[in-house]
Amino acid sequence: MGTREQILEKVRASGRQFVPLPRIPNFAGDPHDLSEKFESALKMVAGSVVRVPPKDFDQFLRETFPNAKTIYSTAPEVRGNLRVEDIGEWSNASQIDVTIVRSPLGVAETGSVLLSEKELLVNAIGLFAHDIIILLDRKEIVPDIHAAYQHPHFRDRAYAVLMSGPSGTGDIGGKTVHPAQGVMTLMVIYWPTTITNSESV
Amino acid sequence: MHWARDAHEHNEIVYNILAEHKVKSLVKSKSMLTEECNTRVFLQNRSIQVTETDLGERIQQLHDQPPVHIAAPAWNKTNEDVAKLFAENFGSDPNNTDTAYLAGEMRKHTRPLLEKADAGMTGANFVVAESGAIVTVTNEGNADISANAPKLRICSAGIEKVIPKNEHLAVFIRLLARSAVGERITQYTSHFIAPRRDGEMHMVLVDNGRSERLGMDNFWQSLKCIRCDACMNTCPVYRRGGGLSYGSTYMGPIGIIMMPTFDVRRYSELPFSSTLNGSCTNVCPVNINIHEQIYAWREVMEEKHQIQFVKKEAMMVADKVLSHPHLYRTATSVAETALGTLPRVALYNCLKTWGKTP
Repeated sequence: MGTREQILEKVRASGRQFVPLPRIPNFAGDPHDLSEKFESALKMVAGSVVRVPPKDFDQFLRETFPNAKTIYSTAPEVRGNLRVEDIGEWSNASQIDVTIVRSPLGVAETGSVLLSEKELLVNAIGLFAHDIIILLDRKEIVPDIHAAYQHPHFRDRAYAVLMSGPSGTGDIGGKTVHPAQGVMTLMVIYWPTTITNSESV
Repeated sequence: MHWARDAHEHNEIVYNILAEHKVKSLVKSKSMLTEECNTRVFLQNRSIQVTETDLGERIQQLHDQPPVHIAAPAWNKTNEDVAKLFAENFGSDPNNTDTAYLAGEMRKHTRPLLEKADAGMTGANFVVAESGAIVTVTNEGNADISANAPKLRICSAGIEKVIPKNEHLAVFIRLLARSAVGERITQYTSHFIAPRRDGEMHMVLVDNGRSERLGMDNFWQSLKCIRCDACMNTCPVYRRGGGLSYGSTYMGPIGIIMMPTFDVRRYSELPFSSTLNGSCTNVCPVNINIHEQIYAWREVMEEKHQIQFVKKEAMMVADKVLSHPHLYRTATSVAETALGTLPRVALYNCLKTWGKTP
């Protein structure tokens, strides 16, 4: 008998009874305009929100991140100055000053945005880039984590992350500080989706 | 996919994967299972450099101490302690105790190690049966870094971490951060179903006594633990004694009920490190009856003759005093007088643990 079978046999022999899976209630509250709730939750985790897409994105970048030189964008709406081929090894993503991605989902309860390898292309950019900007269509904000887990990314994607504000740590003296080892700042810009539904998921 | 019956088998499996890929440097995120299996030492003894990426674990690694708390491994250290440690290891300013500065120094000195590592290793907070996803919950994103930067990734998890579906995962995600740190969610809640495009991912599911514990009528419920640490945060004994005083991988109330399942002789004293006030049971988000299990373990220790003679005698005396109110009142007023009149050296000396200079 292989190890797997041995372990499973011991589990079966433990005498614990099977119970039916619990039914998870629908906790969704009022679905109207979740963006206010989303913004308040995002601010609690040290993220920031820009409510309207900047008319001149390059100028916006220069004003917001004056020291940024390398811009890497995977969002179709915005062009950076770095291509995915320029990054090479994923560990080279540290060279990116600002990365811009589009997220297909926001969560009002926690201020989280969903990203996967589909949006990131190079998974490490969500960690090694200095700053991250996330484009999010307000209509894609769901009320809570329960609703979020219905998104197909959690079944279909090799890597799916709910990112909630920039990296932080409370390991020293119990005081939470941002940033820690990942991105230094996280900004969400409300930006309506311009591509069709069949391409966006 | 690999299965390990015990800690040694787990370590062998991990080492063999690393050796096959000629790995010399490994970065890992926090995993209590790997603490349980003593994986880091096992690998280091076989010439694999292991770097902890969690800030708290890294601090403890630099200081050669085990973690004192599950969520925050270095909470026994003040900012001054950390500044001194970083100055010795990183050459940073020993007088700058600002938390943000220290976190920045960790970032600066660990980033190159993360970029160059041959392999990454993580634990798992949950494993979802429906999708096959490994779920990690961090504030720093260090599990994501360990999983995404190198091409080879290993994840180890105890068999009790497996939960049925994503809809159940939502319940646990909402419970964990709130119960652990009072936040709604951590910064990086990550789900891994497959390796990165050009990479390789190995999953090791470990038993190490869990299937046996499942059969213990009084103690199987401890397997529900989601490692939030609410029990130890509220425990008056833990708060005064600290994590190192338990002398075990898992500390605090949950440690007391788990550790005897690994070695009933070695951890026979732990169930007595409790006032049985029940606050742990009260705060546990997954309804483990912790204090009742602590009491049940005392009965087990009595049955298995694991209680030392001196302790037994002391408990008998305490039993007499506590069950007679007049005797109790006399004893406490005598003790109060003694505390006020005895010379300091009688109360604080090296024979008593609380009298030792730190």
